[in-house]
Amino acid sequence: MSASMSLLTGAIVRGSVLGALRKLDPRQLVRTPVILCVEVVAALVTGQFAVDAARGGGDPAFTGQIVIWLWLTVLFANFAEALAEGRGKAQAEALRATRTTTMARRLRPGGGEDAVPAPDLRAGDVVVCEAGDLIPGDGEVAEGIASVDESAITGESAPVIRAAGGDRSGVTGGTRVLSDRIVVRITADPGHTFLDRMIGLVEGAVRQRTPNEIALSILLAGLTLVFVAVVGTLPPMADLAGTSLTLAVLASLFVALIPTTIGALLSAIGIAGMNRLVRRNVLATSGRAVEAAGDVSVLLLDKTGTITLGNRQAARFVPVAGVEARELAEAAQLASLADETPEGRSIVVLAKEAFGIRERELGDANARFVPFTAQTRMSGVDMNGRVLRKGAPDAIRHLVRDAGGTVPPDLDRQVEEVARDGATPIVVAADGRILGVVELRDILKEGIRERFAQLRAGGIRTVMITGDNPLTAAAIAAEAGVDDFLAEATPEAKLALIRAEQEKGQLVAMTGDGTNDAPALAQADVGVAMNAGTTAAKEAGNMVDLDSNPTKLIEVVEIGKQMLITRGALTTFSVANDVAKFFAIVPAMFVAAYPQLSDLDVLRLGSPQSAILSAVIFNALVIVLLVPLALRGVRVRTRSAAGLLRRNVLVYGLGGIIAPFAGIKLVDLVLSLLGYS
Amino acid sequence: MPELAFPVILVALAVAAAWPLSWWLERVYAGRTGVLGRVLGPAERGAYRLLRTDPGREHGWAAYARCVLLFSAACFLLLCLLQRLQAHLPLNPDGLGAVSPAPAFNTAASFVTNTNWQGYVPEQTMSQLIQMAGLSVQNFVSAAVGMAVAVALVRGIARSRSGTVGNFWADLVRGTLYVLVPICLAIAVVLVGRGAVMTFGGTETVTTLDGGTQHIARGPFAAQEAVKQLGTNGGGTFNANSAHPLSNPTALTNLLANWALLVVPFAFAFTYGRMVGRRREGVAILAAMLILLGAGLTTALVAEHHATPALAAAGYDGAPNMEGKEQRFTVDEAVTWSVTTTGTSTGAVNSMHDSYTATAGGVQMAMMLLGEVAPGGVGAGLYGMLLFVLVAVFVGGLMIGRTPELLGKRIGSREVRLALLGVLVMPVGFLLCVAVAAATGAGTAGPLNAGPHGFSEILYAFASAWNNNGSAFAGLSANTDFYDLMLGVAMLIGRFGVIVPVLALAGALAGQQRRPQGPGTMPSSSPVFVALLVGTVLLVGALSFFPALALGPFAEALTGRLY
Repeated sequence: MSASMSLLTGAIVRGSVLGALRKLDPRQLVRTPVILCVEVVAALVTGQFAVDAARGGGDPAFTGQIVIWLWLTVLFANFAEALAEGRGKAQAEALRATRTTTMARRLRPGGGEDAVPAPDLRAGDVVVCEAGDLIPGDGEVAEGIASVDESAITGESAPVIRAAGGDRSGVTGGTRVLSDRIVVRITADPGHTFLDRMIGLVEGAVRQRTPNEIALSILLAGLTLVFVAVVGTLPPMADLAGTSLTLAVLASLFVALIPTTIGALLSAIGIAGMNRLVRRNVLATSGRAVEAAGDVSVLLLDKTGTITLGNRQAARFVPVAGVEARELAEAAQLASLADETPEGRSIVVLAKEAFGIRERELGDANARFVPFTAQTRMSGVDMNGRVLRKGAPDAIRHLVRDAGGTVPPDLDRQVEEVARDGATPIVVAADGRILGVVELRDILKEGIRERFAQLRAGGIRTVMITGDNPLTAAAIAAEAGVDDFLAEATPEAKLALIRAEQEKGQLVAMTGDGTNDAPALAQADVGVAMNAGTTAAKEAGNMVDLDSNPTKLIEVVEIGKQMLITRGALTTFSVANDVAKFFAIVPAMFVAAYPQLSDLDVLRLGSPQSAILSAVIFNALVIVLLVPLALRGVRVRTRSAAGLLRRNVLVYGLGGIIAPFAGIKLVDLVLSLLGYS
Repeated sequence: MPELAFPVILVALAVAAAWPLSWWLERVYAGRTGVLGRVLGPAERGAYRLLRTDPGREHGWAAYARCVLLFSAACFLLLCLLQRLQAHLPLNPDGLGAVSPAPAFNTAASFVTNTNWQGYVPEQTMSQLIQMAGLSVQNFVSAAVGMAVAVALVRGIARSRSGTVGNFWADLVRGTLYVLVPICLAIAVVLVGRGAVMTFGGTETVTTLDGGTQHIARGPFAAQEAVKQLGTNGGGTFNANSAHPLSNPTALTNLLANWALLVVPFAFAFTYGRMVGRRREGVAILAAMLILLGAGLTTALVAEHHATPALAAAGYDGAPNMEGKEQRFTVDEAVTWSVTTTGTSTGAVNSMHDSYTATAGGVQMAMMLLGEVAPGGVGAGLYGMLLFVLVAVFVGGLMIGRTPELLGKRIGSREVRLALLGVLVMPVGFLLCVAVAAATGAGTAGPLNAGPHGFSEILYAFASAWNNNGSAFAGLSANTDFYDLMLGVAMLIGRFGVIVPVLALAGALAGQQRRPQGPGTMPSSSPVFVALLVGTVLLVGALSFFPALALGPFAEALTGRLY
């Protein structure tokens, strides 16, 4: 999805204004009970205003203004929600544009093919796609290999390889085959594709409230109930004190006290959080999963691609005794010339850089390339009668022994040293004689160590998952700064690790792509599947990363946290605001009974009426002022819980007590400038 | 500030004693009663046989709650019967008649709920039998009930995946037998030694020096004095309560009695830390309690030491305010007692709260209206404070971006609902009662004084009843059918309306797995959390009561005259 998509266009704002009006319907407001309360109260005061105006009693000028601001409070709240939804809708439109209406070439079971519209495809159908074709639906490559342009979904322009059988077999509807031909088995019925789910999510149509959101709603309902009691019991008490309170004044106090700020912004925060996730190309099956991500305490991260760059690089030549480093380098370079893997290329480059050995062409007819196989675990070249090999240490040892050669006594030590150092040893042999070891080193991703330190400060433990042997794994783990590692990892070992952590009460998140990851993804509390991965993996996880970037897990955790922090911060702010509102409204209410109570009016507001009005206006305006914060989310730096608590209690708790004093005074000053007193 | 010397010493003594006591409390409720267990073991086992319970068999929260309610209902009926049949029962040297229905109901509710509100004049209403077998027994067991409920809640927090929260009967018996009885015995001996009355003789009639006749009530009262303080009960045997020379004869007994009402609530905070395996947690709770108590003490002391316009207008120009205070005690002793007795839900008095300055009177009300958590009643103070802890943890937990947890237990919808129920039943009920009293003739007939002070008398009575305190702004004529019934109902709901959600919470928390704690989980013992907790308590109190208090103590203080 395009990152440049504007978030607040005029059209969205205009649409949101209309949406705010539409949401006045009480049936819609039931979902935000606090705002429904405001609407009911606004309606009551409006009735009172009408009666007063008709009979000529009361203070219609004052009541009228209160009426206006009560309705504006409801509208501002509706506007906040509509704005969040509007941004989601705009995202959804952009997504819909990529939805395919192409014709698919469906293969008949008996042979031959039909042309059917893409929306008519069902799960289980088999279609064929050739270079230039749009893939008609979500599916899995059944046959062939192709390069695919997935930029429509991921925004990433570099083509990716999708092939049958492996862990890179998943394809998404709407992406384009650039080369070759693949046969795709469709796995999603129309309306259930990733694109559809994404559209549903960003539109908020399928938004379910998360557990914490429900708990927070209960808190807000409880607070509202208390304020019903506080305000509802005031008239007889005031009567006893010899004063009477008008409906407008009581309504003002009630609306100012109930947590309208957070009540208005609660669902906007949730929608905006989901949108942030989608904007980072992560698709969650539910808001619950996102919230769970914020709670994660253990991250299982694949070494390759997350902690290290995908490929190992040659770093050093270690010759055995009696061999020149240059000789080793030369042999290693020759043995790697035909090896097009990044590891092979890096050996060639290192030899050139270290010893100035020029890259030679294998134009020679005598040169025969020996490719790597899982059985031989070595590769090399036979040229001009020379036999050059490089490979796993024990494979080369066997080779040399079988040919009647001897293994240099210092080789074992060198191999072990390299391995202990976190690198992979490759042994090079020329004509049955072992020359030494090439050190292949994992390259850590930049900044990954700092990232893990941050996570640790935030209470999240990282566990590196790797197929390497324990020695190498331990060294890389230490270098990357992960807390633990699982070496020689098998799917079973991963599953057992997750279960063991969960048994201890930890919440575990992991990423995975292969079919054999599916059980572990399903077991983990948060399982992020790579979009490129198999369908089994995608269905087992509760999130899919469209960019297939394993590091994304860390961002998902941050988004989950941010949603909760924003809610908590605005709740604190909302409730803390009440202190100032009390000091504005209560003296104004009772000043007729006890004039000395004006001493409680620490703000020295213009008049009792402007005091009440100022509090109500401030209460309404603060919703609008906080909309950007709700949509953007409170700034989160991964730091310790204690640090976050200190900062947020200070900013939103203490700040929430102080800010409205200034705000109400300001509104009052403006009112008196306008001649209202 | 020299006026803080007495309260500082008092609180320091109570905290110092609370630490070892908390160690003992933890052992007692775990059934490890040591040497004392060997001495009192037969009594304990006898009680279990009588109750037909096996102390090793624990209850789920619902069964625990049923036991609490069943036991309290039985006690309530027994108290009603004793009062109504008083004339026919022994140990009634003064030949007192049956207590009439409304006061009997009120008194039964009052003593079963550990409130000990007394709408009657004790020495003229209750026989020695009722004082001893009825009210004194309740002083022990109603305190033990509160302690048991607190222990059940803490077990819920401390345990992991447990279906049970303890055996109520065992907790009741152990709390009474191994905690309250031994300490009360020691206190009572000191009180008797310093001159408190302890006799089966009835009222003595003496001729005074100027030839008048005086009736001096007597009875086996010193024993009841001890538990009245230690169990944060407060229901005295004399109308003058601890201002009476036969109840509280000397400065030493005053210090001891005042110490006794603080020590168990303080100890429970420490016990909480011990039971959850993190002593810092208990220290944090106590710190929050002490901050609130300290603020109350400071405000009230300053107010009582300074001349007010109201007193000046009434012709008293000096300071401190000695109106309504027992001349045998210093103003510091009186004010300290008044703030600690309202802060601990005790309600015993050694001075008349009605006569305090409006500010100090407001402090007394605030100490109760904050929910009796600074430090609150025995057990009740801890579970009340833990409810606020849950609310603070919920809000604070969101602010650190995790599903809120207290010591590894998640605070989800169910826990929030129950905690709010426990926290909010009092403010809502209190406000409704005050409104009814303000709106009805029967209610407004109660206060002796006019204006805001009269309203304060209504506020005080309901604050006291809803929070199971039991002290009174004596200016209210409370022994009317209206107030007897309203206050009686208030005490019952104020007690059991909190206990049931607390026990449900204990069950909900006990069933959860305790999650490990780390740098990513919210610290519930840091200074910032203590500040958040204090802020939560104050904010809930302020938001609920600001308008009502504005019409009472605030208005009275600001208008600067007496009513």
